[in-house]
Amino acid sequence: METKATIEQVMDRLVARFGSEIRSSEMCYDMMTIEVPAHTIIAVLQELHDDTATPFRFLTSLCGMHYPHLAKDKQFGVVYHMHCLTSNLRLRIKIYLHADKLEVDTASALFATANWMERETFDFYGIRFKGHPNLIRILNMEDMVPFPMRKDFPLEDQRREDKADEMFGR
Amino acid sequence: MNTIPASSTNVTLTTAPEGIDGPGFFATSIDKVVGMARKNSIWPLPFATSCCGIEFMATMGAHYDFARFGSERLSFSPRQADLLMVMGTISKKMGPILRQVYEQMAEPRWVLAMGACASSGGVFDTYSVLQGIDRIIPVDVYVPGCPPRPEQVLDGILKIQELIQNESVRRRETPEYKALLSKYSIE
Repeated sequence: METKATIEQVMDRLVARFGSEIRSSEMCYDMMTIEVPAHTIIAVLQELHDDTATPFRFLTSLCGMHYPHLAKDKQFGVVYHMHCLTSNLRLRIKIYLHADKLEVDTASALFATANWMERETFDFYGIRFKGHPNLIRILNMEDMVPFPMRKDFPLEDQRREDKADEMFGR
Repeated sequence: MNTIPASSTNVTLTTAPEGIDGPGFFATSIDKVVGMARKNSIWPLPFATSCCGIEFMATMGAHYDFARFGSERLSFSPRQADLLMVMGTISKKMGPILRQVYEQMAEPRWVLAMGACASSGGVFDTYSVLQGIDRIIPVDVYVPGCPPRPEQVLDGILKIQELIQNESVRRRETPEYKALLSKYSIE
């Protein structure tokens, strides 16, 4: 009887291939989470995609993150969620980007679904994906200037006059 | 010979405006006649985007019967509509479309903002939502509520009727009105 592939086996193969490039790995909310340098992300995704034993062919999610309180080289990040449908394994991959250089290679050549998700990440965080075929805003107005999911974007519309502070206990 | 049931003969006629009445003639000002005619034959254009639109459907239905105020026919083309009823959250991306609909309407035109979202953005004080349609088009009547009850919508319509009734025929040519439109940079 065939034994079920485990996430540890996947991790062993990744470590064998990428070594110390895998900066950290931990179980986080029942999902293996690894951190890799931004320049290796496409190679890691490709490796997982092409793995014969556990092919991670499904990019479930891709999104940005913003931690303005961290050091400059950790302020922005992109999270990739991978799913291996044959053995039902999941993997979360994080990369961090320097706040002054919000650029990473596109995954849209590898996963067609990354096209829209990267546009969304660009739309809300201003992270640019190099090589993306059509990196324009997807949900917000085309002429919008700020990136609204960044933490420094004000939560409330500053021009609204009907919200008196006293009504909101402030 | 057909017999007409008594109930169908109970037709309510609108009251004639003030004027001089005599045998075979009736004299009044054109403003009043036009106002009376316009007020009792509004063709509203429902621009419904969310839950207020559902409440409007109740207003339009048999129970509240919007039609009895002379708005039997909803116009789904802005070119034949008199009253733009904006009901629901208008996102910033929807703004230019709403504005285009307004621009396509022929004068005289009125606008009713129904509910908190259309009037002020409501609870959606966020980057994607227009904080009140009066940021892009002029509004005549605001109906508060989240969503407003059909009675409130009818009250809003009566307020619009009041405006229409008392509006001068020449109001749309006045410099004040032109200044209002140019404030919104509408031609």
